Amino acid sequence: MFSAKARRQLPLHLMVLPSLVLVLIFSYGPIGGLVIAFQKFSIIKGILDSPFNGLDNFRYMLQLPEIGTVVRNTLVIACMKIVAGLAVPIVVSLLLNELRLQLFKRWIQTMIYLPHFLSWIILGGILIDILSPSQGIINQLLGAFGIEPVFFLGDARWFPAVVVVSDVWKEFGFSTIVYLAALAGINPALYEAAVIDGANRWKQTLHITLPGMIPVIVLLATLSLGNVLNAGFDQIFNLYSPVVYETGDIIDTLVYRIGLEQAQYSLATAVGLMKSIVSVILISVSYYLAYRLANYRIF
Amino acid sequence: MNHLTRAGRVFNAFNAGFLLLLALLCLFPLVNVLAVSLSSSSAAGAGLVTLWPVDFTLQSYEFVLNKPEFLRALLISVERLLLGTAINMLLTITLAYPLSKEPAAFKGRTVYVWFFVVTILVGGGLIPWYLIIQKLGLLGSIWALVLPGAVNVFNAVLLLNFYRGLPRELEEAAFVDGAGHWRILWSIYVPLSMPAIATLILFSMVGHWNSWFDGLILMNSPSEYPLQSYLQTVVINRDLTLVTMSDAATLAAVSDRTLKGAQIFLAALPIICVYPFLQRFFIKGIVVGSVKE
Repeated sequence: MFSAKARRQLPLHLMVLPSLVLVLIFSYGPIGGLVIAFQKFSIIKGILDSPFNGLDNFRYMLQLPEIGTVVRNTLVIACMKIVAGLAVPIVVSLLLNELRLQLFKRWIQTMIYLPHFLSWIILGGILIDILSPSQGIINQLLGAFGIEPVFFLGDARWFPAVVVVSDVWKEFGFSTIVYLAALAGINPALYEAAVIDGANRWKQTLHITLPGMIPVIVLLATLSLGNVLNAGFDQIFNLYSPVVYETGDIIDTLVYRIGLEQAQYSLATAVGLMKSIVSVILISVSYYLAYRLANYRIF
Repeated sequence: MNHLTRAGRVFNAFNAGFLLLLALLCLFPLVNVLAVSLSSSSAAGAGLVTLWPVDFTLQSYEFVLNKPEFLRALLISVERLLLGTAINMLLTITLAYPLSKEPAAFKGRTVYVWFFVVTILVGGGLIPWYLIIQKLGLLGSIWALVLPGAVNVFNAVLLLNFYRGLPRELEEAAFVDGAGHWRILWSIYVPLSMPAIATLILFSMVGHWNSWFDGLILMNSPSEYPLQSYLQTVVINRDLTLVTMSDAATLAAVSDRTLKGAQIFLAALPIICVYPFLQRFFIKGIVVGSVKE
């Protein structure tokens, strides 16, 4: 029945099968489950028997008092993270690149990579401790300069700054890898030629190193466009509290509270779906731009 | 390269100093919490601890390591890590092999690739995901922590790129000698891909160790939480609305602080031991694997 060629390929299909089934259940299943955004879903009736209510959930979503705040906070925090997350690693990799002692450079790299590998539970626990207004080391240090204790995690004015700075703390070291890889790919002959032409180190950085990094910078900048609605659920969930909702509550945390704490499944799914649609559009645009600007393809 | 100008040497010194300071600043919060956890509760409560323990004591660690809740959560985490990593790797290794073939050698390859890659871009979101797992009756079971994330498409793509870098002649020779695809995968591809696979194993282990959200929402009671979810409830979850500035000092029982520090450090310890190796591996494994021609 099957040709010899098809039979030879049968094991290949079998190898895909287990992954296919799992992805079908746990990735495509939830995608199908998005219909509850258009239903008056009840857990007893289930997805199949819950009545449809058109766009009611979306209308209700727009009337939520917190929706405006949450969208604004998400955009503000995400954009600050994107800018800081691009700028800091670029500067640090340029400085790392100037280090002459390779062993020393490796030690520095190992040290700054560490926070990336720790979870936001651990980093959150650490931040809560060091930022505590009464005992935390940061406020102890501020106190030494005669500054009144600041309740960093309990003050809506400070909260976004804490979120952005701590995110940079976690990720800047690890982000330097990509840039350092780009720098390692620069042809050493360029530097030799520049030295012969009398360029000092600053000139070399300006005219060889930086241009060498530009493609990667452009690529990462365009790809980060897909993240403007991702303000970082894991981080904020572990740092925020009702007193900072005004500046710290984001779309993802709102979805969590509406959906899993208040069990308004349909409404939460509608909010999540809106976010996903905008995100997919942004990601598509960013991939298209990355392809046009930096000739980047996923495959 | 050695004839540096005076300005160049000054810059080098400043640069090295600055980067060292930055790196130490990165570790400072962790070292501070470690020092607190090793200090007496009164010293920690008085805020006397900076980088070195004051009134050194291991009491907090003794207490935590004798706490049944902590040990149970630790055990669940280890169980999850072993089971989860084994399943992750089995699936990644077998999925990457067929997808690394040319469309001519494997009909349907392109369709499969799209089927998997689409899931990187779109998902159902939190609530439908939760409802599916609930519907399957997995809530409260270790499988709920292991199966939903079992297929990591990113890792499969990394590994398939690594597979593609292997010399085609090996496979052709094995075919001539009568080996089938399974044999070729396990006897040729897997041994040759060990650098990449080792990297992915470590990444998978770190991922399972660090996961906390799924445990928090998919387990029925705190007694079923893995370590990070357990820590979420004891270290993170506190209601700031109840704490005013002046209360903070009195409310926080002094020993509570050293205990939290000890638990944080114990949960971070395996990662601290493992990640320097990850660093060495991913330069060889991932970067090589992700290079495209």
